[in-house]
Amino acid sequence: MNFGSAVFITTFLASAVEAIEMVTIVIGVGSTRGWRSTVIGAIAGFVVLGAVVVAGGAALTAIPIGAVRLVVGGLLLVFGLQWFRKGVMRVARRGLAGFGEMETGASEEWNRPGIDWTAFVLAFKAVVLEGLEVAFIVVTVGAAANDYRTSLIGGVSAIVLVGGLGLAAKRYVARIPRSLLQLVVGVLLTTFGTFWSAEGLGVDWPSGDAAIPVLLALYAVTAFGYTTIERRRLLGFSPGIA
Amino acid sequence: MIDKVGAASFGFGRFWYEFIVGDDPLLAAGVAVTLTALALLLRAGVNAWWLTPIVVVALIGGSLRRASQR
Repeated sequence: MNFGSAVFITTFLASAVEAIEMVTIVIGVGSTRGWRSTVIGAIAGFVVLGAVVVAGGAALTAIPIGAVRLVVGGLLLVFGLQWFRKGVMRVARRGLAGFGEMETGASEEWNRPGIDWTAFVLAFKAVVLEGLEVAFIVVTVGAAANDYRTSLIGGVSAIVLVGGLGLAAKRYVARIPRSLLQLVVGVLLTTFGTFWSAEGLGVDWPSGDAAIPVLLALYAVTAFGYTTIERRRLLGFSPGIA
Repeated sequence: MIDKVGAASFGFGRFWYEFIVGDDPLLAAGVAVTLTALALLLRAGVNAWWLTPIVVVALIGGSLRRASQR
């Protein structure tokens, strides 16, 4: 393996991790709230990101990414918790009714004229934060290897490939009942919000980014447990969460 | 003109209120308190990575409990 390949693979893999986080949020929000405002938010995010990258260039690493992570993570956390709670209540009430069917007119879907600012802001923040992290990776690896071109190709390829996979998965995501999808997206936003806000404050997560799937598993188990308790309460089997 | 600016400001403020606070203000308050406590622990040299996940699980449980009592 030559040096250029090593630069490409390093940048591609590191960027792919960030791109997965970005695409997961955009696909989840789009499937739950509707696509129009989500796509506009994502495009606006890429425009701002492009402007920052062009203006900043190699000086990008001077941006206080910790503060950006804290603000974006904190906002995702408070919003994710709301969807987490609503999702538990709705899944407890409806179960998995509608699984495999295309649902329309669900309560969280935006069907009014104009922009759905919630979808816009969530998609925008995910693209700007994760895009900035990809840009940092590209600049850092590119500077270390003195090969910005290969590094840039690696970063952009990761976003394009992961974005394409996300689009391919979109129609399968659309078959998940909205109540369950809201719970899943709430769990995902809470996971990323927990990770980024703490990291922004300076927390050193055990095993770094590998803490994300662990948090996801913890919150998924929590969601399952609370949904079971809430369902039993609704059916009159138990008094609910004590 | 002033009416339009006022309506836009109100709409902007309302959007962020609903985005952050939603229908359970205690969730947002809990997050704010947790992140403040985490910052203080980090300043004291404690790498309290475990704090937020524990509080999140408790916050969701508390919020569901309040919702079921309404």
